[in-house]
Amino acid sequence: MNRPRAWLSRYGLLVAFVVLVAVLSLARPNFLRVGNLMTVLRQISLNGILAVGVTYVLLTGGVDLSLGSLVALTGVVAACFAHPGDWPACVPIALGILAGGACGLANGLGVTVGRVAPFIVTLGMMTAARGLALVLSGGRPVSNLSPGFLFLGSDVGGIPVQVLILAAVAGVSHVVLTRTRFGRYLYAVGGNAEAARASGLRVERIRTAAYTVCGALAGLAGVILASQLTVGQPNEGVAYELDAIAAAVIGGTSLSGGVGGVGGTLLGALLMGVINNGLDLLGVESYYQMIVKGAIIVGAVWMDRRDGR
Amino acid sequence: MAGPVLLRACGLSKSYPGVRALSDVTLEIRAGQVHALVGENGAGKSTLARVLSGMVSPEAGAIEFRGRPVRFRHPHEALRLGISMIHQELLLFPELSAAENILMGREPGRGPWIDRARRDAEAAALLGRLGVSIPPGRPVRDLSVAERQMVEIARALAHRAEVLFMDEPTSALSAREAETLFGVIGELRRAGVAVVYVSHKLEEIYRLADVLTVLRDGRVVGTYPPNEVPPDRLIALMVGREPVAAGGRAAAAPGEVVLEVIGLGRRGRFREVSFRVRRGGILGLAGLMGAGRTELLEALFGLVPADAGEIRVRGRSVRIAGPPDALRLGIALVGEDRRRTGLVPPMAVAHNITLAGLRRWCRGPFVDRRAETRAAEEQIRDLGIRARPGQPVATLSGGNQQKVVLARALLTGPEILLLDEPTRGIDVGAKAEIHDLIRRLAGTGKAVILASSELPEVMSLSDRLLVMREGAVCAELDPRRATPEDVMRHAVPA
Repeated sequence: MNRPRAWLSRYGLLVAFVVLVAVLSLARPNFLRVGNLMTVLRQISLNGILAVGVTYVLLTGGVDLSLGSLVALTGVVAACFAHPGDWPACVPIALGILAGGACGLANGLGVTVGRVAPFIVTLGMMTAARGLALVLSGGRPVSNLSPGFLFLGSDVGGIPVQVLILAAVAGVSHVVLTRTRFGRYLYAVGGNAEAARASGLRVERIRTAAYTVCGALAGLAGVILASQLTVGQPNEGVAYELDAIAAAVIGGTSLSGGVGGVGGTLLGALLMGVINNGLDLLGVESYYQMIVKGAIIVGAVWMDRRDGR
Repeated sequence: MAGPVLLRACGLSKSYPGVRALSDVTLEIRAGQVHALVGENGAGKSTLARVLSGMVSPEAGAIEFRGRPVRFRHPHEALRLGISMIHQELLLFPELSAAENILMGREPGRGPWIDRARRDAEAAALLGRLGVSIPPGRPVRDLSVAERQMVEIARALAHRAEVLFMDEPTSALSAREAETLFGVIGELRRAGVAVVYVSHKLEEIYRLADVLTVLRDGRVVGTYPPNEVPPDRLIALMVGREPVAAGGRAAAAPGEVVLEVIGLGRRGRFREVSFRVRRGGILGLAGLMGAGRTELLEALFGLVPADAGEIRVRGRSVRIAGPPDALRLGIALVGEDRRRTGLVPPMAVAHNITLAGLRRWCRGPFVDRRAETRAAEEQIRDLGIRARPGQPVATLSGGNQQKVVLARALLTGPEILLLDEPTRGIDVGAKAEIHDLIRRLAGTGKAVILASSELPEVMSLSDRLLVMREGAVCAELDPRRATPEDVMRHAVPA
């Protein structure tokens, strides 16, 4: 007798997404044009990568508020090494990702070794990383980037490179979370850290690794953004972490840990992107869009709550 | 002496995903009576108590209070009528004082102001009615479990409770504290309160109950005066089959010593513990709560490592700084609190079972899911776990959850198995199955250390028995010669 309910709580988001797409394509036939769909995908790709990254952290029961600042910092770091004739493009890209990973590692150590609440540690990182980005860039955009580096912001065969990167990140992360020991351990640590410890898991290492992966993915997003904007912008990325967390949570990832996955997170990011795009096509002003978006974040979780009971 | 019917349930039904928790339950609760609900875990006792106290709404059926039909949309509504529940996990505010907890929501005073002096006086009066002396101003976090329970009961009295539900109230109490509680229950009955008492412990039921209702698989088997159903028959009614009698255990064939502990201690937890366990042996640890048994087992498993003495595994001196060390040495622990340290509630049964030994089904970083599922299914079959591998473990009954935790420990391939209260809070049938399993494991050459507060359990299973008191071993007994009275004499501090 609980079949339809269970089904709805599992696939409710997917149904909502399909209905939304159907309604939009009827109301605005332009919506389904390939060009527009590519725009949607391009718009969600940064948020998608960040959301997949923060899913690792949320699964362990933590949170990462530093993502937006890390995007700015890693973009600036990459840009500093990406002037024409400096280095091959892979060097600034790798440095950006490494910088993100290092900051993530610092977050993780603060949480595990320092035993400070994730909210506080990453709040501190949010401020400090923004400051570091401003210091490194002197407060000005870092411009004059090599064509090789700008490739990340371009298209290949009509598909934006960043969309391909998102697909790869999501695919690999899905495999990591569902098929590897590390993935399983993330769920165990978030589901009951004490039980995980009593099962011989090295809880601190697993947590630290989650923050590191999340930071590295923020680094990847920062590099892509710099390439897309053709500058390393120390003031970019403000509040990106909130959109990323929102996407993961809309997708069914629990803030208390142990529940969630890449599929849901990706769907959450897509839903947010389609709603933005749809409201644009319908001519809704961007101020109103923010109100709608806020309502949807709370509404999705509220529905999830009701179904879960 | 039975008073009027206070609470009547007619045809109550309630399902959870995959389980019919209650089915057509009809029941009367009378004033001034202790009404015991008995049955195996998963029989529906707790669900019935939750439905009748307004915490859960039934799908079908009606509830009458003093002859008038009532529908509870919220526990508050039941509370206002005088129906209170004393929870298995006590729900108090640890940072607030006893008095603040007791009168939470009905503080005396005027307007927004609380009259603190009157509040403390009223709380003290209520505690006095229960015959306990707890300073009303003391923060609840500084109180013992038993004292907290008294605070909960006093809170129920402050709400003028006429029907009081108690779900396993003695599970965390020492024998002496339980005595105090029984006295309080007697007082409540004399004052005309109806007490609905949920418990697994038959001695308590025979001692307290005026009437008992047996539940099985969510149905009422029957309601009886306790003197009409002797224990054997009661157990048969609960399980629907005759239980196997527990026998004693002969001393193990002298196998090789696998674990030797010399002068082991941890400051403030236990001290100077020495013993040996042989292959195939079962060493029992008896003692009161807080005697240091759990602390000793946690040190052997590395959860809270020892800071004095020596541990030898198969003759070699070893250092156990954490659970990974212990697991590598072939030591596994089934902890005393499966909800806190055992289960990962949102995870599937199969994944819970394989969590500790996951390495065995991995190729590089990848889990071989087919091999993993096969191993989990084998355990589910071997231990008789009534669950599907993909089901979330949180939806299982206590006995099945305990078997999941046991299966996990077994899949690490241990030679030394540490069991801490392995049958706490589970039903008679599952208990017998776990006892059988422990004997079988010892029979296959594993060394077992079994800590249990249930004397019949440790005495029938172990071949040697250590009694602990205040952090130290105070006696070693032969369980076949010693009587429960002998054990208690050693266990109780002079």
